[in-house]
Amino acid sequence: MSEDSQISQLHAAYDSKIEGNIIFTRVDAAINWMRKNSLWPMPMGLACCAIELMATGASRFDISRFGSEVMRFSPRQSDVMIVAGTVTYKMALAVKRIYDQMAEPKWVIAMGACASSGGMYRSYAVLQGIDRLLPVDVYISGCPPRPEALLEGLMRLQRKIETEPALLEQKKELLASLAS
Amino acid sequence: MSAADSVQSLKENFADSLLGQAEFRGEHTVTVKKEALHDVLAHCREALGYDYLVDITTIDNTGRDPRFDIAYELYSYTKLNHLRIKSSTPEDEAAFPTVTDIWPTANWHEREAWDMMGITFTGHPDLRRILMWEGYPYHPLRKEFPLAGKPSDMPDVAFTGVAPLQGGPFVTCGGEGDTASREPRSAS
Repeated sequence: MSEDSQISQLHAAYDSKIEGNIIFTRVDAAINWMRKNSLWPMPMGLACCAIELMATGASRFDISRFGSEVMRFSPRQSDVMIVAGTVTYKMALAVKRIYDQMAEPKWVIAMGACASSGGMYRSYAVLQGIDRLLPVDVYISGCPPRPEALLEGLMRLQRKIETEPALLEQKKELLASLAS
Repeated sequence: MSAADSVQSLKENFADSLLGQAEFRGEHTVTVKKEALHDVLAHCREALGYDYLVDITTIDNTGRDPRFDIAYELYSYTKLNHLRIKSSTPEDEAAFPTVTDIWPTANWHEREAWDMMGITFTGHPDLRRILMWEGYPYHPLRKEFPLAGKPSDMPDVAFTGVAPLQGGPFVTCGGEGDTASREPRSAS
């Protein structure tokens, strides 16, 4: 019997008048739903992209519609690092260190041309794309990208999180150690 | 007292040390010998009232001797005029006397000149790099340093790689084709 038909059978057996407010779902789906709607960003504002990032956070564009209004300047409390701006080599290791301090699960958005590829700064001082240092989930084009583009990138990230195996894949070692 | 009067005063007081003077669109420039540079600048501050050191710039004239030029941009808030003092030094003694004792703001200007051009300032209280990190092996604004940069590696401190230039830093071919063909560097 497939998983879907199992669930639909459970739904058929559920009587809301008798059993109250109960929702059946998979653990992965529930965890991902919670994660994707409450992404606390680490605003890694390094250049003019950070101005658009601020605009995205303000009332006109209102990033809180997507559950990401809680900008955390502590990496310990944030889920997604938005690298907004030019990453110089001198700054690069600080960015890496802050990324390393973020708790799992964590994601990275490379906002704008500079963070994605070095942009127009082909020079001795600029890291040619933050993906040389961090695993990037979403790249946003633009110089700088408009707030709509950042919101689109955020929604792409939410869609990506939906598909991630939140529990079974990521906690393989833990599950294996419990089973033995 | 105008900038021209200041130039006249320098001529009277440092006749042996002046190498030249120029005026271009109201900007006065005085070129002096390196040995007299500190005395001239001290005179500018104390006697002529140039209380603001706007900037220190350095120029790399590769192939010319002396190789390095230095220019001090001065401004007077009491007399409201600009004056530029220039000097030069050969490559094998790329050093100038510090002026941090005359204008404290020269501290960071001289650190930048050291970082970018590799010119030392004798007597500077704290001559460290200011833009690149401590231990970076090159001086990037020297002419022999390639625009794309050189690889350098200091684990746990910082590193650099060579930037893909594809014939120039800003290569784009307008018109037809997709992004990869219009901007050759984007393919790398």
